[in-house]
Amino acid sequence: MALARREFDAVVVGAGGSGMRAALELAEANLRVAVLSKVFPTRSHTVAAQGGVAASLGNVAEDNWHWHMYDTVKGSDYLGDQDAIEFMCRTAPEVVYELEHFGMPFDRTPDGRIYQRPFGGHMQNYGRNPVERACAAADRTGHAMLHTLYQRNVRAGTQFFVEWIALDLLRDAEGEVLGVVAMEIETGEVLIFQAHATLLATGGAGRIFASSTNAFINTGDGLGMVARAGLPLQDMEFFQFHPTGVYGAGVLITEGVRGEGGFLLNKNGERFMERYAPTAKDLASRDVVSRAMATEIKEGRGAGKDADHILLKLDHLGAEVIHKRLPGIRDIAIKFSNVDPVKDPIPVVPTAHYMMGGIPTNYHGQVVVPDGRGGDQVVRGLYAAGECACVSVHGANRLGCNSLLDLLVFGRAAGRRVISDLREEPHKPLPSDAADRPLARLARLETQKAGESVAEVSAEMRRVMQTHCGVFRFPDSLAEGVKKILTVAERAQRTGIQDKSKVFNTARVEALEVDNLIEVALATMISAEARKESRGAHDRSDYPKRDDANWMKHTLWYKEGNRLAYKPVKAKPLTVEPFEPKTRVY
Amino acid sequence: MSEVDRIRWQCRRGLLELDLVLSAFVERHFDRLDARQVELFKELLEQPDNDLLDLVMGRTELADPRCKPVLELLRAG
Ligand SMILES: Cc1cc2nc3c(=O)[nH]c(=O)nc-3n(C[C@H](O)[C@H](O)[C@H](O)COP(=O)(O)OP(=O)(O)OC[C@H]3O[C@@H](n4cnc5c(N)ncnc54)[C@H](O)[C@@H]3O)c2cc1C
Repeated sequence: MALARREFDAVVVGAGGSGMRAALELAEANLRVAVLSKVFPTRSHTVAAQGGVAASLGNVAEDNWHWHMYDTVKGSDYLGDQDAIEFMCRTAPEVVYELEHFGMPFDRTPDGRIYQRPFGGHMQNYGRNPVERACAAADRTGHAMLHTLYQRNVRAGTQFFVEWIALDLLRDAEGEVLGVVAMEIETGEVLIFQAHATLLATGGAGRIFASSTNAFINTGDGLGMVARAGLPLQDMEFFQFHPTGVYGAGVLITEGVRGEGGFLLNKNGERFMERYAPTAKDLASRDVVSRAMATEIKEGRGAGKDADHILLKLDHLGAEVIHKRLPGIRDIAIKFSNVDPVKDPIPVVPTAHYMMGGIPTNYHGQVVVPDGRGGDQVVRGLYAAGECACVSVHGANRLGCNSLLDLLVFGRAAGRRVISDLREEPHKPLPSDAADRPLARLARLETQKAGESVAEVSAEMRRVMQTHCGVFRFPDSLAEGVKKILTVAERAQRTGIQDKSKVFNTARVEALEVDNLIEVALATMISAEARKESRGAHDRSDYPKRDDANWMKHTLWYKEGNRLAYKPVKAKPLTVEPFEPKTRVY
Repeated sequence: MSEVDRIRWQCRRGLLELDLVLSAFVERHFDRLDARQVELFKELLEQPDNDLLDLVMGRTELADPRCKPVLELLRAG
């Protein structure tokens, strides 16, 4: 089938913070740029970010990028690439001030400078004491960032394609990426967006887990597209979890609840943290608490009919204290778990929050693959930025507020690189089979007989990921998880939909999203089973220690044969001395 | 075109809380809304995510009381 085709200098897939920062750079350079988004730009998931964006402005206390860099390398548990981390921390003040000039309503100090507050893991003097490094706009930093960037893009002439879903990359025989095939959700129309540069900024993929803080749109579409195009995904075993999300919903319950005297119970009503951390108990650090919760569930002491969650008790604090010290918690519990915490405990479970892995790029935002000689080779025409990319600045564990920074720094860098790579030449001819893959995916959905239910397949995937590849990982469970996820992936190849209408067919969109989720799930499970150490967010019961001699390397997963390969961490910064691996203690 | 299909996609948001509340609302109540209530619901959906969540959680009130009946349904979940 011949598809209609539109030509642009650059097409950006995703209108979150990273996609819009990149697009702005391109539009202001007078390039013709198309931005595709499944939802209206300011409804991208970046809107959820409250905490702030990290930059060593030193407006409240002395600070500099070397300290920020040290914290980020240490936070990454030495899996982050030090060239990229130096680049990010050095550039941070510049991109934050730039955003201020764009009109971002940052909180202010009394003398009118950007106000900064402390945030976990950000320290002065190479880890000595906490420092005020987070710049915020009240509790709506992400919201303000999206609105600021959107206004600015509209002014610069960026062309938005709202409620369009990109399906697959277009590649020619030389492997160059020539654009994407996308579908308009309203009409079902399929179109080729041809471009000299394709930039993926599709965000995270938390929806592979049963319990996730991510919005429903976070289905890892960019990762699925890359995997199907034969390119690898990097460090997918590293997912950050929060210990207490509402069971079955994912909405976060602040750690302040335990700070105010709430505690965790297993199905026997036992306050189990006393066994794992006799002194700190429920106030032990995040990883200790998460690990204890996962162990209780694994050993059959979880609550509920499936014995798959933990209870957070706070009724003993009394209605008044709950209301005064933990405002909003009661409403959240009632709304999302149907439980009134004044009377009953809240069901909670460790909840997936942030994906450290993603599409491998260098710090210019160019997508890279191994060159076969221990180095990197650029995939021509393809770029990635934001949570879908793995630069890698977060390594095995992301520091709070470094993600919004990542969007700004690498969104801009990728945009700049696109501009310098751009050649003044006509668009290449498209191979005749260029759009075959996405068209075959759509055709299959039309014709599949006795198809698997999309809802059932995705629910099974989320259950398998949560049970076998959660916050704390056990060898037998991982091995079983690999088998199970392969079976789910088989089923995902036979999904079918009842509703075949063209118009706003949510069922079709969800089926297409599952194609992406399942690639991310496979990559995550298989990479996790193979990594025989504990590092950052990857925490194994059988290998409790970091193993730098054997595992200070990045994982690469390929869809073809579920093959794994590894590549070295870039331990050499751009201009300063490397930070040598140390035990990570806070 | 079926109105509910369009609205179902408008319920895909940047905030998980809204995804949960809005999709449950559409499944449970949409069939029983009259034409005027559907229009009001669509107006509510035009709100930015954080404002809509504040409304749904009862942290703020609308200046314009017309949407109130639909908002009450959303709040009741
Ligand atoms: C509750 C919460 C709080 C957070 N707080 C903070 C914080 O305080 N500080 C911090 O630094 N980080 C925070 N984070 C992390 C941070 O918000 C995210 O990592 C970041 O916003 C991701 O931005 P992005 O631009 O990569 O993608 P997103 O903002 O997720 O945008 C993705 C875009 O891609 C589009 N898209 C996806 N697939 C397709 C497709 N197939 N076709 C077309 N378009 C597509 C979507 O429509 C969307 O526009 C938080 C995360 C959560 C969940």
